[in-house]
Amino acid sequence: MRVESRFRWLPTPFRSFLLFAVWLLLNNSVSAGHLILGAVLAVVIPLITLPFRTPQPLILRPGLAFRHLGLVLFDIITANLQVAILILGPNKKLNPAFVKVPLDLKEAMPITILASTVSLTPGTVSAEVFPWAESLAPGEEPEQYYLLIHVLNLKDEAELIETIKSRYEAPLKEIFQC
Amino acid sequence: MSEIIISILLLVGGSFVLIGSIGLVKMPDFFMRLHGPTKATTLGMACLLTAAMVFFSVRVDGISAKEVLISIFLILTAPISGYMLIKSAIHHKLPASEKTKGKNNIEPD
Repeated sequence: MRVESRFRWLPTPFRSFLLFAVWLLLNNSVSAGHLILGAVLAVVIPLITLPFRTPQPLILRPGLAFRHLGLVLFDIITANLQVAILILGPNKKLNPAFVKVPLDLKEAMPITILASTVSLTPGTVSAEVFPWAESLAPGEEPEQYYLLIHVLNLKDEAELIETIKSRYEAPLKEIFQC
Repeated sequence: MSEIIISILLLVGGSFVLIGSIGLVKMPDFFMRLHGPTKATTLGMACLLTAAMVFFSVRVDGISAKEVLISIFLILTAPISGYMLIKSAIHHKLPASEKTKGKNNIEPD
C-alpha cells in the first residue's frame, strides 16, 4: 500500500484522469481548447483540494484495475439477468440468508469498493462491516474485519464466500497492494 | 436501422426497470425487496441511456457520450443508497422473513 504519489504535482493520478475524462464528457468534445483546459483543471483541482482530504491508498496496478472493472461490468449484466429470473420465479423457492465474510482488507477505501461490487453483483447486498468503528477505542486496530451480506438465494455458503474472496477481493488486494 | 436498435434498447431497459419494481412489491421482507432496485434497475437504466446515446448520435451531428457519465453516477450511487437502507433496517431490527438463515450473524449493538 502506498499513499504518496511519485510526482508531487500529481498527488492523485487516478482522480486527475477521472476529472479530465468527466470534463471532456460534460463538454461532449475533444477539441484542443477543451483538452488543454481539462488537463489544467485535472492538475490544479487535486492540488488545491489535497489538504482537505484524508489520504487514501493509490491504485498501484492500473492495468489490473481496468481488467477488474471489465469483469465487474460483465458480472453486473449477468447479475441483473439472474436477479430478474429470481424475482419473476415463485417466492417459496428463495432461500434468503445473512452471511458473514471475513476480509483480508483493512483500509476503508478498498473495503468500500468491495462492498459496492458485492451489492451490484449476483444475488447479494452488502449490509454492514464489523466491527463498528464506534465500538473501537480510538486508535485501536481490529485484527479482522467482517462484511455482512444479505443473499437472496443461498445455495452453498462456503462456495459463496470463496467466490467473493477470490473473484473480487484478491484483485483489489493486488490493485492497492495491501 | 438505428430506430430498430433504439426501440430494442428501450424495450429491454423498460422491462428491466419494470422487473425491478415488481420485485419491490412482490418480495416478502424488506431485505429481499432491496435486491430488485439495487440490481435490476442499474442494467435497465444503462439500456435506456444507451438508447439515448444512439438517438442523439444519429439525430444530432457528432457523437453524444454524456450519458456514460449518468451511468457511472448510477453505478456509484446505487450500492451506497442500498447500503444506507439496509444499515438502517438492521438498526431498527426490521423483521426478516421466517426462512432467513444466519440471522445470528448480525452483531447486536
